[in-house]
Amino acid sequence: MPEATVALVTGASRGIGSATALALARAGLSVAIGYRSDGDGAEDTVAKARAEGADAVAMPVDVRDEDSIDDAFRRVEGELGPVRVLVNNAGFSKDGLAVKYSTTTWDATIETNLRGAFLCARRALPAMLKARWGRIVNVASVAAIRGNAGQAAYSASKAGLVGMTKSLAREVGGRGITVNAVCPGFVETAMTAPATEELKRRYVELTPAGRFGTSDEIAAVIAFLAGPEAGYVNGAVITVDGGLSA
Amino acid sequence: MEMAEIQEKVCKTLAENLSVPEDQVTPQARFQEDLDADSLDLVEAVLALEEEFGVSIPEDEMEGVKTVGQAINLVAQKLGVAA
Repeated sequence: MPEATVALVTGASRGIGSATALALARAGLSVAIGYRSDGDGAEDTVAKARAEGADAVAMPVDVRDEDSIDDAFRRVEGELGPVRVLVNNAGFSKDGLAVKYSTTTWDATIETNLRGAFLCARRALPAMLKARWGRIVNVASVAAIRGNAGQAAYSASKAGLVGMTKSLAREVGGRGITVNAVCPGFVETAMTAPATEELKRRYVELTPAGRFGTSDEIAAVIAFLAGPEAGYVNGAVITVDGGLSA
Repeated sequence: MEMAEIQEKVCKTLAENLSVPEDQVTPQARFQEDLDADSLDLVEAVLALEEEFGVSIPEDEMEGVKTVGQAINLVAQKLGVAA
């Protein structure tokens, strides 16, 4: 493993992405805090990562835009070093029943959650192949495994991400690169905030743990998969859902 | 860049990248059958050639490349050198 391992986490200004960046910082990695709109949140995460003693930079990256991704990778390579760990965390979610769901929102969901993760992985892989070492962790969702009324687009995007994870794992697994997916259950973040109180209550009832997960609990699993000890975990889909999908 | 120089550099890059002795990397050599390169090896070799020569080789142009000679011609074409 290279000495100064550099991680890029997309959507790291808040929630699971921010917690993941901090977990990686605590593990001694240099972290690029990818963000699209929340620059303040990104800077806050950078400050916390630096307080852990890590090199950290806030990095604007819109995963819908190939040029933006390329710029971000170039800047990270210049400021921190080649990206050895990619966490595809940037996500979009808008619930709605299929009959009245707009094509635009469907496309936006797939564009960020699935296409965006592919574009970032494709940009990251050449350097990982050359280094014969790399970690890609895709943040999917329990919705990839267990359907939810009102989440046809979201669960399709996340199930797609799981399929992509497995194929990439086979493609590059012979080169010291692992590609895994983490499927969080319900975690209270800005993304899940619009869910109704009734839906949240139902989720807690369905979850054997009897509570929501925390961003830190998801981040811990991602950080493990990103680490040197997880080299034999490849193509895995790990639920971190308090037992919801058990 | 002269054609001979391109050929030499392509062969050297491929030999390094595919971990095969340079004398095996002849224009006639077939990637799969003669150099034991699988599809990912070939992609990696193309990435190395792109870096070495500062060219961009899209997937559809890569698909027809079965021999070292074809790779040399493709790079030459990208550099605007007649084969």
